[in-house]
Amino acid sequence: MPEPPIKVITQNCVGCGLCVKACPFDAIALNDEKIAVIDLDKCTLCGACLEACKFDAIEMKAREAGADAALDGYCDVWVFAEQTGGHIESVTYELLGEGRKLADALGMNLCAVLLGSGVTDTAAALTERGADTVYVVDRPELEYFQDERYAAVLIELVKRHKPNILLSGATTIGRSLVSRVAVTLNTGLTADCTGLAIDPESRNLLQTRPAFGGNIMATIITPHTRPQMATVRHKVMQEAEVQSGRTGNVSIEAVAASLLEARTRRVRYVPEQESTVNIAEADIIVAGGRGLQKPEHFALLRELAETIGAGIGASRAAVDANWIAYSHQVGQTGKTVCPKLYIACGISGQIQHLAGMSSADVIVAINKDPEAPIFKVATYGIVGDLFQVVPHLTQAFKQALGK
Amino acid sequence: MHIVVCVKQVPDTTDVRIDPETNTLMREGVASIVNPFDTFAVEEALRVREKVGGTVTALSMGPPQADAALRETLAMGVDKAVLLSDRAFAGSDTWATSYTLAMAVRKMDGVDLVICGKQASDGDTAQVGPGLATHLGLPQITYVRKIEAVDAQSITAERLLETGYEVIASPLPCVLTVVKEINEPRLPSLKGKLAARKAEIPTWNAADLDADPARIGLDGSPTKVVKIFTPPPREGGEILTGEPDQIAARLVAKLKDTVLSAAS
Ligand SMILES: Cc1cc2nc3c(=O)[nH]c(=O)nc-3n(C[C@H](O)[C@H](O)[C@H](O)COP(=O)(O)OP(=O)(O)OC[C@H]3O[C@@H](n4cnc5c(N)ncnc54)[C@H](O)[C@@H]3O)c2cc1C
Ligand SMILES: Nc1ncnc2c1ncn2[C@@H]1O[C@H](COP(=O)(O)O)[C@@H](O)[C@H]1O
Repeated sequence: MPEPPIKVITQNCVGCGLCVKACPFDAIALNDEKIAVIDLDKCTLCGACLEACKFDAIEMKAREAGADAALDGYCDVWVFAEQTGGHIESVTYELLGEGRKLADALGMNLCAVLLGSGVTDTAAALTERGADTVYVVDRPELEYFQDERYAAVLIELVKRHKPNILLSGATTIGRSLVSRVAVTLNTGLTADCTGLAIDPESRNLLQTRPAFGGNIMATIITPHTRPQMATVRHKVMQEAEVQSGRTGNVSIEAVAASLLEARTRRVRYVPEQESTVNIAEADIIVAGGRGLQKPEHFALLRELAETIGAGIGASRAAVDANWIAYSHQVGQTGKTVCPKLYIACGISGQIQHLAGMSSADVIVAINKDPEAPIFKVATYGIVGDLFQVVPHLTQAFKQALGK
Repeated sequence: MHIVVCVKQVPDTTDVRIDPETNTLMREGVASIVNPFDTFAVEEALRVREKVGGTVTALSMGPPQADAALRETLAMGVDKAVLLSDRAFAGSDTWATSYTLAMAVRKMDGVDLVICGKQASDGDTAQVGPGLATHLGLPQITYVRKIEAVDAQSITAERLLETGYEVIASPLPCVLTVVKEINEPRLPSLKGKLAARKAEIPTWNAADLDADPARIGLDGSPTKVVKIFTPPPREGGEILTGEPDQIAARLVAKLKDTVLSAAS
C-alpha cells in the first residue's frame, strides 16, 4: 500500500471534532475511540481540516518537490493587456496597479503584453500606467481575440522571456486564453483572484480567491512551476494612476507565421444593443428582481440608472420571466460583479444572487419584506415599496447632481 | 456523431451555510447535485444528437458517489456514462482534472464534440473546458449561448462576450463550454429514470486511462491550497426609516460622493 496522501496522527488527535465540522466534503468522522478518521474516497485534499486542527494531528503529503532550481531564471511580473479594437480594457489598468505592488515587493520589472493589430502606439498608455516594458506583437491576424492564435503567441513570449508571474483579467477572453497557456506551459493557474500578495519568506505569489459562491476563501500558491499564473476579478484592484510623460521600453516581438494559424474563424460580431453600460465594467449597478412585477417597470430603474451613470442588473427570476436579457443576470449562473455601489430593488437576496454581488463596496436594498435576506448584506436597507422609493431616489439624485 | 458531455458533482450551494459559532462550512444535510451549468451542457448534447444523430456519453471524475450525478444525466437521456474514480485522482486542480478527462476522451472512440459547462459552482474556475481542449489539441468555443449550425464536419456557435456576442465557426472535433442562456434543460422522463437506475456505469481508474502518475491528483497539480477561511462578514447595515422622500434625501447624502467618484 502506498502511503496515503493525508493522515491523522492518532497520538495528537484529541477527538475535538473541529476537523469534522470544517470538512466541506463530509469526509471525516470520529471513530469509537474518538479519533478522527478520513474517508479517502470522499476527501479531495482541500486542506480545510489542516487549517481547523489546533493540535497538529493531521498531516498532508507535500507535492513531490521538483527541480526548483529551474525556477531561478524566471523574473518580472507580466500583465496581459486586454484590448478591443485598440481600446485597452480598464481591467488591464487594475492589473498594472496590482502588478506594480508585486513587482516592487519582488524587486522585479513590471511588463505588459499587448497583442493586436495596429496597437503599437497604444503601448504608451501602458508605460504611462507603470509598465517598464511592453512586449508588442502587432499583426493583422491578431486584430481581435482568437483563442488559438492568442494562446500560441503568448506561450511563445513566455518561453522567450520567462516571466515569474503572469496576470490576466478574469474576463471571457482572459479565462479562455490563459487556461490554454497554463496547460501548455505545465504551470498552475488560479482563477478569479480577489487578493494577491507576495509571501516574504518563500517569495511565492499568494493568490486568494472566493470559492463555493463566496462562502469560503482559499489562498493558493504555485510553488514548483513558473510563471505563477492568475486571473483577477474585475473591479477589485485599484487602477494604476496615469503618470503623464512616463515612458518605458516598447519591444516589438517577431513571431513565426505558424503561430498565427487558427482552426476557428469569427463569422461575425454583434455588439450588445442595450445602451446601458456593460455590468461587469460598471462602477454602479441598479438591479431589479421579481418585485418589479412587469418588464415595463424596468423603465423606473433605467431612469435612476441614467441619472447616476449605472448599468442595469437583474435577478434570475426577472431574467427567467423574460423581462430582461440574460446578459444582465447577476449571480451564480449569471455574472459576478464587484461595483462600488449596487442598488437592489425588489430582490430577495437568495444565496445564488448574493454569490454574484456580495463583494460590492456599498449595497443598497429596497424591499418591502423586512425579513428579506438581502438586508443581511445591505449597507443601507430600505424597508418599503420600490414603486414609491425609487422615483424619489431618482428625483433626489437629479437635484444633488444638478441634472 | 459521438458527443461527450462533462459533468461534475458539486454541493448544492443553496444549503451551504457558515456555522456562526465555529465559523466553518456547515454541510450537514448538504445535498450533492449536478453542477447547474452542466445540465445545460447535457441538454445541448441531447439536442445535437436529436439533430444529427449519434451517441452522447456523460463523463465525470469524482468519488464513487459521483455515480449519482451520472445517473441523473442518464435519466435525462444520455446513452452512456463513465465515471473516473481513483484515490490517485484526489487533490486534482484544474490542470490535473483536465488532463484526466482528456485521457478518458482519448480512450473513447471517435469523439467529435465535447461539451462542458461554463464553470463549476464550487470552484468557479471556468478553466477545465479550455484546459481539456488544450490537452486534446483541439479548438474551443467558450461561453456558447447558441449553436447556430452543426453537421458531421463543423459547428457554428455564438459566444457570449461582455460587449455582445460573436459567431465562431470551427471544424470538428472541438470543445464547447456553454452558458445558461443556451437552453432550458428537460426534466427526466419516467422511462429515463427507470433506465438510469438499471444502467451499468463503468468506472475507470488511473491504470485504465494509462495516465501518467506525475500528472494526476495532488502530484499532477501545480497549484496548492495553503489556507481556507471564511470571508469576514459584511458590516452590519443601517436600516433607513421614514417617508420615502426623507429616506431618499438621506440616502443621496450618503451616496453622493460614491456616485461622483464613480462618474470621474
Ligand atoms: C442552481 C441555481 C442557480 C441560480 N442562479 C441564480 C443567479 O445567477 N442569479 C439569481 O439572481 N438567482 C439565481 N438563482 C435563483 C435564486 O435562488 C432566486 O430564486 C432568485 O434570485 C430570486 O429572484 P428575486 O429576488 O428577484 O425574486 P424573489 O425571491 O421572488 O424576491 C422578490 C422580492 O421582491 C420584494 N418585493 C415585491 N414587491 C415589492 C415592491 N413593490 N417593493 C419592494 N420590494 C418588493 C419581495 O419582498 C421579495 O423579497 C439560482 C437558483 C438555482 C437553484
Ligand atoms: N471532475 C469533473 N468531472 C467532469 N467534468 C468536470 C469536472 N470538473 C470540471 N468539469 C467540467 O468543466 C467545467 C468547468 O469546470 P471548472 O473549470 O471547475 O469551473 C464544468 O462545468 C464541467 O463541465
